Amino acid sequence: MSAPSPIELDEPVTDDLTLLATPWVTIVWNDPVNLMSYVTFVFTTYFKYSKKKAEKLMLEVHHDGRSVVSTGSREEMERDVQAMHEYGLWATMQKADTP
Amino acid sequence: MSGFTRVKKTGVCAATFSAFEADLLRSLAGQLIELLRNEVAAPETLDPLEQLLDFSGPTLVPEDPVLARLFPTAYPEDAEAAAEFRRYTESDLRNGKAAGAATIIDTLEEAGLDEQPEDGVFIDVELGPQAAVTWMRSFTDMRLAIATRLGIEEGDEERWYALPDDDPEGQVHDIYEWVGYLQETLVHAAS
Repeated sequence: MSAPSPIELDEPVTDDLTLLATPWVTIVWNDPVNLMSYVTFVFTTYFKYSKKKAEKLMLEVHHDGRSVVSTGSREEMERDVQAMHEYGLWATMQKADTP
Repeated sequence: MSGFTRVKKTGVCAATFSAFEADLLRSLAGQLIELLRNEVAAPETLDPLEQLLDFSGPTLVPEDPVLARLFPTAYPEDAEAAAEFRRYTESDLRNGKAAGAATIIDTLEEAGLDEQPEDGVFIDVELGPQAAVTWMRSFTDMRLAIATRLGIEEGDEERWYALPDDDPEGQVHDIYEWVGYLQETLVHAAS
C-alpha cells in the first residue's frame, strides 16, 4: 500500500494504441466434477506451467471459484478457451480490466 | 476393480478391465457419441442448395444442459461475441469429443472386447502419452454428462451414499465415481 503522493499527476491518457494493447484473460471456473489432479495436469500439459504454478492456479479455482489462467491478445485467449473446452474445463474470456 | 498404472519399462499407462467393465465403458462412450450427434450442429434447412452452402456452425447455447456444459458460453457478457465464438468452435469441439469417445471404443475392441463379451474375459489396454490424454478428456466428458443429468453438486456425496442399493440414481452415481477413479489413476500414471 503506497502513501498518497503530494505531486499532482496528469490523468492518464487512453489513446488508440493502449486500447489495442488491452490484454484479455482466460478464466477457469470451479465445477463440482473435475478432479484437482486433472485440472493441474491440464495446466501443466497445455500451458506448460510448472507443477507449482499449475497447482496454485488449480487451488485458486477450487477455493475462490475462479482463476485467471492466461493473459494475452483476444485471438490467443480464444484459442486458450477453446482448448480448455476440449479438456472439459469451464472457461470464459474477458478484457483484463473488466472487474 | 483396478485402475491405470504406469509401466516403468515402456512408460505407457496400462489397465486391465473385466469384460463387464470394458462393456460398460464402451456403452458410456457410445452414449456420449450419440449425445454429441443428437442435436444438429447447424440449423436445418429444406433447400438443398442452401444446405450445401451452409458451412456455419451453431450460434445458440444448446438446449440440452449436458451439451450446454460441454460447450460453455465463452463470452458471458457479450452475446454477439459468444455466438461468433460458438459458430467457429462448437462443431470442431463436438467432432473432437466424439472422436475421442470413438478412440476408447476402438481401443477396447482391438484389445479383444467382443460384441457380447463373456464373463471371465479380461481386456488389457496400453495407452501412450497422446492416447492417455484422449482417454482423460473423454472420461471428463462422461463425468460431466452424468453429473449434469444427476444434478451432482460440490460435496454432496452423502446424499448418494444414503440411497438404497437398488436405486437407479445411486447406481449411476457409482458409475460416475468409478470413471472418476479411472480418471484419477490415469492422470497419475501419465504425470
